[in-house]
Amino acid sequence: MSAPTTMKRTPFTEYHRAAGAKLVDFAGFEMPVRYTGDVREHQSVRTGVGLFDITHMGEFLVRGEGAQAFLDQVVTNDVSALAVGQALYSPMCRPDGGIVDDLLVYRYADHYMVVVNASNMAKDFAWMEQQKPAGVTFENHSEGTALLAVQGPKAADVLRGHVPDAALELGYYRFLPGPVFGVEATISRTGYTGEDGFELYFPVEHGAKVWEGLIEAGKPHGLELIGLGARDTLRLEMGYMLYGNDIDDTTTPLEAGLSWTVKMSKPSFTGREALAKHKAEGLKRRLVGFQLDGRRVPRHGMPILSGGRVVGVVTSGTFSPTLERPIGMGYVESGLHTTGTELEIQAGTTMLPARVTARPFHTRGSHRS
Amino acid sequence: MGFPEDVRYTQDHEWAREAGGVVTVGITSYATEQLGDVVFVELPEVGKAVETGKTFGVVEAVKTVSDLFSPVAGEIVEVNSALSDNPAIVNQDPYGEGWMVKIKLADAGEFAKLLSSADYEKLVEEAH
Repeated sequence: MSAPTTMKRTPFTEYHRAAGAKLVDFAGFEMPVRYTGDVREHQSVRTGVGLFDITHMGEFLVRGEGAQAFLDQVVTNDVSALAVGQALYSPMCRPDGGIVDDLLVYRYADHYMVVVNASNMAKDFAWMEQQKPAGVTFENHSEGTALLAVQGPKAADVLRGHVPDAALELGYYRFLPGPVFGVEATISRTGYTGEDGFELYFPVEHGAKVWEGLIEAGKPHGLELIGLGARDTLRLEMGYMLYGNDIDDTTTPLEAGLSWTVKMSKPSFTGREALAKHKAEGLKRRLVGFQLDGRRVPRHGMPILSGGRVVGVVTSGTFSPTLERPIGMGYVESGLHTTGTELEIQAGTTMLPARVTARPFHTRGSHRS
Repeated sequence: MGFPEDVRYTQDHEWAREAGGVVTVGITSYATEQLGDVVFVELPEVGKAVETGKTFGVVEAVKTVSDLFSPVAGEIVEVNSALSDNPAIVNQDPYGEGWMVKIKLADAGEFAKLLSSADYEKLVEEAH
């Protein structure tokens, strides 16, 4: 099958093809959804180590005197609290409290990097650009930046000897600039899987050197290639948000359960007034996790019912390879969000019993918190 | 991508193999590649009447779900109970152990109207 020429490629597309990946259009990029099988790939990351191409993510660089104040204005979490070498997860909100995107902010010695979802890159850049004060430089480095994730309990074993030793001592959500297989990179102990692991940012022109280095170094450790299919089941077992599914510009961080990322102690940020009002009035709906018995899988958009009445909607669902049962997330009316609440999910003409469950679904991950 | 020549096909990616008026039905290797890992197959009860092109079951994969459409009209005479314990057989052996139902043909002539291997291959290629 040949891809339309309009799809963007990463430096690794031909490696994916050669490995037999099924490639799909994801946010305009030709990306691997699966190499061998979703379940096998998922389990490799939970028990061994996997390599993900996530070059489609967007990277913006922010420089200048007012960089921190600017970022603290556009995101809800506290950028001023970041140490050099630390990364932060945050929503970025509209004035009405809806979520523009969820992103990572990295603090370097003399600048910041913002990492955004591929599907939102253009929107985010325009959104931030229009709020940017004079004296702050704001650049989109997405096209020149490759991003690979090495995730799993054996991730550090793969990188040992090929990154500075200090990189292997990084705590969760810490990073350092340094060489990976001799290529200058940002080595970050972050991920979207719930396992220990690293995300490696480096210039696209060195893609082959890093990819081939990782494949070779990974051989003794059983490194497997992981597609976007397993990336989704891994993140969902952790209850991590997927923009466009669980959160979007019509949902607020408070109802999504992200209030820990909304710092009302900051005097000002975009969306603060609306979120303060939203909180004072009480949340009408909340994002919950749920489990099902049997093997029918809840899917995005399915209605959630209680007592025969529609009380919400499924935002994400999958078959959890770790728990060997269906799991999902969705918004339900407040009051029905407490753990143990029995709900029903409508799959066509079938009603599937579901039970509200604490997140994460998977609690035995290897990541350092 | 080649497809076995001893079975016939539908445009909905089922295959059918006829023997003595009974048609064994499953999903094609193309279908399993599109679906990914199958985690559940919901099948009808033995004795149920099925109609050509109508839903007779559901296949759930990790990433997606798909209805199963009957290639022919008739009566369900057997279902593959092994799939309830190990749905992964559908991925491993779609044309063999991964079969789903056996249907007693209502009209013996209907089977011959299904797609040949070459026709199905053309259909799959045109989808890309």
